[in-house]
Amino acid sequence: MKAGFSLLRRRDALRYFSLPVVSAVPGVGGLGATAARAQGQAPVRMPRIVSVSGATTEIVYALGAEKQLVGTDTTSLYPAAALQTPKVGYMRQLSAEGLLSLKPDAVIGTTEAGPLVVMDQVRSAGVKLELVEADHTWTEVQRKVAAVGRATARVAQAAALQAKLDAQWAEVLAAVARKGGRKPRAIFILSHSGSPQVAGEKTAAHAMLNYAGLDNALVSTGGSANFAGYRAMTPEAVVTAAPDVIVTTTQGVEAVGGLEKFWQRPGLELTPAYKRRALVALDALYLIGFGPRLPQAVAELHQAGLKAVA
Amino acid sequence: MKALRHGDHRRLPASLVLAGGVLLLALSFVIGSARGAYAISPLQLWNVLLDMLGGSTQPTPEHLVFMNIRLPRLLLGVAAGAALGLSGALMQGLFRNPLADPGLIGVSSGAALAAGMTIVLGSLWFPEMPRTLGSWTLVAAAFTGSLLVTMLVYALSQQDGATRVGLMLLAGVAINALAGAGLGYLTFLATDEQLRNIQFWLLGSLGGARWSAVALVFAMVTAAAGSGIALARPLNAIALGEAQAALLGVPVERVKRLAVLLTALAVGAVTATTGIIGFIGLVAPHCVRLVAGPDHRIVLPGSALLGAALVLAADSVARTMVKPAELPLGVLTAFVGVPFFLLLLRHFKSRL
Repeated sequence: MKAGFSLLRRRDALRYFSLPVVSAVPGVGGLGATAARAQGQAPVRMPRIVSVSGATTEIVYALGAEKQLVGTDTTSLYPAAALQTPKVGYMRQLSAEGLLSLKPDAVIGTTEAGPLVVMDQVRSAGVKLELVEADHTWTEVQRKVAAVGRATARVAQAAALQAKLDAQWAEVLAAVARKGGRKPRAIFILSHSGSPQVAGEKTAAHAMLNYAGLDNALVSTGGSANFAGYRAMTPEAVVTAAPDVIVTTTQGVEAVGGLEKFWQRPGLELTPAYKRRALVALDALYLIGFGPRLPQAVAELHQAGLKAVA
Repeated sequence: MKALRHGDHRRLPASLVLAGGVLLLALSFVIGSARGAYAISPLQLWNVLLDMLGGSTQPTPEHLVFMNIRLPRLLLGVAAGAALGLSGALMQGLFRNPLADPGLIGVSSGAALAAGMTIVLGSLWFPEMPRTLGSWTLVAAAFTGSLLVTMLVYALSQQDGATRVGLMLLAGVAINALAGAGLGYLTFLATDEQLRNIQFWLLGSLGGARWSAVALVFAMVTAAAGSGIALARPLNAIALGEAQAALLGVPVERVKRLAVLLTALAVGAVTATTGIIGFIGLVAPHCVRLVAGPDHRIVLPGSALLGAALVLAADSVARTMVKPAELPLGVLTAFVGVPFFLLLLRHFKSRL
């Protein structure tokens, strides 16, 4: 903490003494850009962006626009370089002054970014907001790529990346479709903290199970009508669902203290999955982040699901 | 009031305490103005102030940040701290109980329950609702909730046309528990996203400050503070016991009703806008009493001043400690308030 404060003070001091220079440097978003244009300087200045979602941050790196990335949120964990960028906090609890202090031209993320008031303040300071609605489909990824392309002024690269991803996606979907026969029954367990939860409809995890040719056993057993969102995992519901394979996140397995502990959760020992210890654990952002690695994630989940019941 | 002052020759004089409070508030306001994630040097701040007076044509980014984000936030902090401090003093005076705080009569739990209902159940009817954290819908619902629950506690404490303070305390505890259970049920129903929103709301933040909201809250708190400070003499009399106060000619019923109403309006408005800011209402009055003694003519305005200063100090840290991110204010009011309180406690322990 001490080092941070002294550094900040030094930075403040530097800014103070270099005042005339600072005032000529493009400032907050649109305003700074206008000023720069009016003075006829800064011929090509790529827009500065803050990314407040793990998936959009990945896309920024995939487009090679990381030099333009001046800040990310705490859900931006991949690639590792993203961890070194200034962190603006959790995407649902952003700070207006914090965001503006990074002097971005655009903020990109999902519509989960908030609070609303803060987003309004940032917008009214002349910063462009590119927020993508999450609906857990492939078009969500396409819209994210397009949004990042617009925000970083790399529309052409974004289109190229999109074409590449679309091809991968078609290939993966075809591979999943080719595999006929009985779909393995699966459940998704989310247990990053405290009590474990299972995924119902209208969740990214449910969409992933479907794309990967797995059957969300909690939804298809239909114990409770229209089971949407995440619900507390009850042992009896898990036994009733009788999954062939359990899907979870590596973070969830680590949180309980390893595979051994994970299987000790009540209810799991009475499932078909328990006999073969059929568990697929993938990184949370990779698995349910709906970023540019979605095709790989679906392919990997599909393969792992098949192997679990083979 | 001679009886209250008996043997307190070591207490600081009233004028000194209040002047100190004003100074502390002014100091934390100036420091709060100069600190923030967005670097604004003292010189730039000075220019912003000149622009403000002169009406500039081309606002600088610093001007926009200060005028639209930092200044409304500071003013909301002043209003919030003053409301919490003053109401805490009113409640402790009314209940004649050192553990009383504005939350006791259901203001905070009512707001929390209504906010939780808006966040969770609102989405059933309006799918966009969970995204509207900090929106007017949420503010209005929380304010209404706090008033309704406070009215319920007040109604439960009526007996033979009079308000029984002991009954109000127990009714408050019971209704708070009920509201807590309701909120617990809502968190069970909530999706991950809604749960996060509730959680952050419960930790409080001045991040939702915009001029329209600040103006409303400020007007409400100023009005409440004006009438609240006028209750100082009656509360001094009530400190001797309600019967004695009545004999001295104090309209005890009216004082009680007014104290509850002012607390509900001021703290309700603040909590609806900021979420729950704990600890200030409990501790600010104690700090003032430790230094200045129990006379409400000093404790009421002193608690308002100290409450405002403490909230501004806590928010300064909340805004800058992990910049460009932000810490929840509810966490820091305790971190800033407790050491201050313990320090006073150590220094003045002979007085307890």
